[in-house]
Amino acid sequence: MTLSQLVSQAPTALAKLDPRHMWHNPVMFVVLVGSVLTTVLALADPGFFTIAIAVWLWLTVIFGNLAEAVAEGRGKAQAASLRAARKDTVARRLDRDGTETEVPGTDLAIGDRVVVAAGEVIPGDGDVVEGIASVDESAITGESAPVIREAGGDRSAVTGGTTVLSDRIVVRITAAPGSTFLDTMIALVEGTSRRKTPNENALTILLSSLTIVFLLAVATLAPMADYAGAPQRTLVLVALLVCLIPTTIGALLSAIGIAGMDRLVRVNVLAMSGRAVEAAGDVGTLLLDKTGTITYGNRRATSFVPQAGLDPEVLRDTARLSSLADPTPEGRSIVELALTQGAPDVPLPVGAQIVEFSASTRMSGVDLADGTVVRKGAWSAVLAWLDQTALPPSVESAVERISADGGTPLVVAVRPAHGGAGQVLGVIHLKDVVKPGMAERFAELRRMGIRTVMVTGDNAVTAKAIAAEAGVDDVLAEATPEEKMAYIRQEQAGGRLVAMTGDGTNDAPALAAADVGVAMSSGTSAAKEAGNMVDLDSDPTKLIDIVEIGKQLLITRGALTTFSVANDVAKYFAIIPAMFVAAYPGLESLNVMRLHSPESAILSAVVFNALIIVALIPLSLKGVKYRVTSAAGLLRRNLLVYGLGGLVAPFVGIKIIDLLLSTLFGSAL
Amino acid sequence: MSDGLAGALSLLALVALLALAYRPLGDYIARTLESPRHSRVERPLYRLAGVNPDATQSTRSYALAVVGFSVVSLLLLYVLLVAQSALPYSRGMGGMPWDMALNTAVSFVTNTNWQSYAGESTLGWTAQAAGLAVQNFVSAAVGIAVAVALIRGFTRDRSDQLGNFWVDLVRVSLRVLLPIAFVGAVLLVVVGTVQSFGADQVVDTVTGGQQTITTGPVASQEAIKELGTNGGGFFNANSAHPFENPNGFSNLLEIFLILLIPVALTRTLGTMLGNRRQGYAVLAAMGALFVTSLAVTTWAEVGAHGQSAQAAGAAMEGKETRFGEWASALFATATTGTSTGAVNAAHDSLTPTGGGAVLVNMMLGEVAPGGVGAGIYGILVMAILAVFVAGLMVGRTPELLGKKIRSTEMRYVALYTLTTPALVLVGVGIAIGLPSTAAAMGNPGGHGFSEVVYAFTSAANNNGSAFGGITVTSTFFQLMLAAAMLLGRFVPILFVLALAGSLARQGKVPETTGTLPTHTPLFAGLLVGVVLVMTGLTYFPALALGPIAEALA
Repeated sequence: MTLSQLVSQAPTALAKLDPRHMWHNPVMFVVLVGSVLTTVLALADPGFFTIAIAVWLWLTVIFGNLAEAVAEGRGKAQAASLRAARKDTVARRLDRDGTETEVPGTDLAIGDRVVVAAGEVIPGDGDVVEGIASVDESAITGESAPVIREAGGDRSAVTGGTTVLSDRIVVRITAAPGSTFLDTMIALVEGTSRRKTPNENALTILLSSLTIVFLLAVATLAPMADYAGAPQRTLVLVALLVCLIPTTIGALLSAIGIAGMDRLVRVNVLAMSGRAVEAAGDVGTLLLDKTGTITYGNRRATSFVPQAGLDPEVLRDTARLSSLADPTPEGRSIVELALTQGAPDVPLPVGAQIVEFSASTRMSGVDLADGTVVRKGAWSAVLAWLDQTALPPSVESAVERISADGGTPLVVAVRPAHGGAGQVLGVIHLKDVVKPGMAERFAELRRMGIRTVMVTGDNAVTAKAIAAEAGVDDVLAEATPEEKMAYIRQEQAGGRLVAMTGDGTNDAPALAAADVGVAMSSGTSAAKEAGNMVDLDSDPTKLIDIVEIGKQLLITRGALTTFSVANDVAKYFAIIPAMFVAAYPGLESLNVMRLHSPESAILSAVVFNALIIVALIPLSLKGVKYRVTSAAGLLRRNLLVYGLGGLVAPFVGIKIIDLLLSTLFGSAL
Repeated sequence: MSDGLAGALSLLALVALLALAYRPLGDYIARTLESPRHSRVERPLYRLAGVNPDATQSTRSYALAVVGFSVVSLLLLYVLLVAQSALPYSRGMGGMPWDMALNTAVSFVTNTNWQSYAGESTLGWTAQAAGLAVQNFVSAAVGIAVAVALIRGFTRDRSDQLGNFWVDLVRVSLRVLLPIAFVGAVLLVVVGTVQSFGADQVVDTVTGGQQTITTGPVASQEAIKELGTNGGGFFNANSAHPFENPNGFSNLLEIFLILLIPVALTRTLGTMLGNRRQGYAVLAAMGALFVTSLAVTTWAEVGAHGQSAQAAGAAMEGKETRFGEWASALFATATTGTSTGAVNAAHDSLTPTGGGAVLVNMMLGEVAPGGVGAGIYGILVMAILAVFVAGLMVGRTPELLGKKIRSTEMRYVALYTLTTPALVLVGVGIAIGLPSTAAAMGNPGGHGFSEVVYAFTSAANNNGSAFGGITVTSTFFQLMLAAAMLLGRFVPILFVLALAGSLARQGKVPETTGTLPTHTPLFAGLLVGVVLVMTGLTYFPALALGPIAEALA
């Protein structure tokens, strides 16, 4: 946040002074009423003190509005660029009789079929019902690489405002104009559809009740002061009230909420409601798909196990040779592994013939020019090919071990050039590799109190092995959509909030049932509608970031509430002695800050109260840093920083402001 | 033995006795309330009242029972007080004026026991024993029943049933209060408290005048007066009267009875929750507040701080020489820290700091350790407030004991915490502006102001102790204070029951490492902090113009 950002939002902040807008924020509404009241009083009795109080009360309200305006401003910029994508398109509607009619994109109805060819903008959200095309979705995701969209399956959804780069598709419109994904996005980032979240409501109740307590305390102070023989000016009582009510958090509350949504947008996640973001902070169980989230999704070679007595280099080099022309990820990973283990990087010998994998042989390999034949494949296939009945004992035990670990053993064998018995060289250990750092992240999640569950279609043995390696808490193997649903229901019945990601149509019921359902932007429109968040990057690991952002949102609210309330202690010490020192001179010993005069004490407290709002705008936008540690550790730290800090900071701040005021305007105060 | 040594020894003895009784009594209360069996004495009672003791009540039904029972109690007591001349054993006393009777009836039904009358010159034995003493039992039982309903709110899982009020009421009265009060009364008689149905004694005094000495069934009323944190004395001088509280032993016994149930209920809480450490944490928070207050009061009262005290050698004005400064400070802290309101010294005569400390004790909302039951539900509401802010700071929707604190719960908590301060502040604000109030005060300036603040704080918090000095027999004060007592008791109770219901309807959230633990010293400390900050922010201006201004003068 820069100064220019603040200044540029000043007009919006002033426009927000509309009482109908202020009414939604009870704390700041009281300040607004106080500002009007003090202005009237200052006009009736003009003087440096009265006018200064009135001005600073207005500034308090305006600073609060400024915080909200700055938070919204960030979303507005994004909305503007999205709007550019929602240009007025002309759609080619495919009528029932097969003729094409050109209609404005805004006239399309759900169920209409439109034709979109290369270079044209898709006029609305829909599913591809015919054809396949590459689509540029950068207008929405910011990702410039085109994606493939095709009829049927889980990659059929297209979004209005994106551009077809090649080929021709027929799209069936699934969203009415005005309620498309793009429209939703614009409304979300602009915050126009923002509603108070449950926790925000609960906090507002607390803040309102504090405001009422202080209203009562200050209102009844008037007759008490009269009795004490120290009648107080209404202006001073209003100043005291504004200082006491929790204006700091009251002013920043909506900015914190907007900024939280904005942080999600920055990681390219769109939350359909603030409720979902808050729920993310509470998530107790994370359902993660194995493929693509926990593992790379394809098996990779991790080691070569040679037959007993064989030179390991022979197996390594032979395995590399057999895979040199293998285009599959498994094949490439074998070559990579061999190279990292020191195999010479030589090309395929001249005249070598590649034998591709076929379902009938279940082997692949290479036939060299000299007649040597190299094969790799499932052990049973290799044995059959060698015409042998049993693997060498060392190889057999390696195969068994690898299978038991959930890996895939690939046996490598060679038949020499001029006939003779073939020989098993050893085994390549292929396995589904867990992405680096996943185990640490899961350990982190565990410390945050979140259970991770790996969901996979693999069999139980494979699933368990990977789960153990990744360090997840539970596995749902051979999972069907029904089982996934049942698992979610079971967790929820136990009081846990569940988060999951999904992209397919069959994920939709589970996404809808989950408390936080993150649909991949690449997924079907059914999935996107069912979830309450959409990840534009289609990166399932982002669930973890989402949880952290949810927590950060709540922590920022709690920290600033604590700070705001703790501030009151110093303000009492500044204002109460100032009000009553004339009637009870003994109260001067409560003036621990040794403030210049009663009037400068009151004014300093009011000025501090206004400036602290501006000072905390950056924190409310950025959020309090979330650290992965125990709940008690987090509480201890935040209590120390925001509780104790909130207690001490105003003593220092008010004293400094008092020094400045008394130096500059000493004669007037 | 020096006053200081005696004070320290009695404090030690008190702690030892409480520690001894803590587990057995706390667990006994929990067992009593959760047992499915009814005793042979209780069954006919239920039949008579037409209550099915095996049925459970929804929040609404439980709340209606609490209010219904209290309204009937109020009417009966009112009639008894205005019509006492027609009753046997009235000692020739006339009926109470309507405003005083209303004030007194409200006072005893709300467990406040604020007394705008002098017992010995106003009431006969029937009114005392059949009216006031009965309310001493049942109003205490109502408090415990409400606390238990709130605890059940935490233990229930997706249910609206908070138990059976009638069963809770009867069991607490018959199985908990009656036996302990009986033993307490016998012990009090043993150490010298009066128990008699004899006639007044008219004696000639040494100066030649005549004096009427009233006796009565004092010990039996004294025991439940302390045990039920009621505080309404048989005599006007309350526990400073030698027939109520004759010596150091009776004094220690009375303080023990005052603290016994409020302290043991934290064990009941832990046991019923199945989380004993939670009970200890609550006890620790209450204990920290109590010990701090006791230390301040004792420091202020012991030794001679003010000018007049220095001249006299000690701050003995308004204190009984048979108790001394230490025991008076301890009694004052115990009686204001619980919502008892019995006094063995004139609080009006405490030093400004000491008087301020006992005033703050009540302003805390009676949670150190609070009245029977009321202390538990009061501190649990404050714990919800603490956990709400703290829970946000650990990044989760706040939870306490497996229940989420959502806006529904916060609404009831906010209304609960608003009620008493509103009654006190508005009451003082109205009263202080009236010319008649200045005339009613016993002192001018800050001390007079403290008298008014004390009266409303005591009434709205259902404490019932009087600062003294101020005359509260005008219809204005009788009605204002009656309203403060009535609203200060039942409005919070209704919010507590509504809160209990909304907690009970929730499903339980399992505890994980991400859950903020609420049985730790950190949380107990936070709870103390929240109680102190809320009290300080609400009452600082009023305190500054009363005790603080006086103390700093």
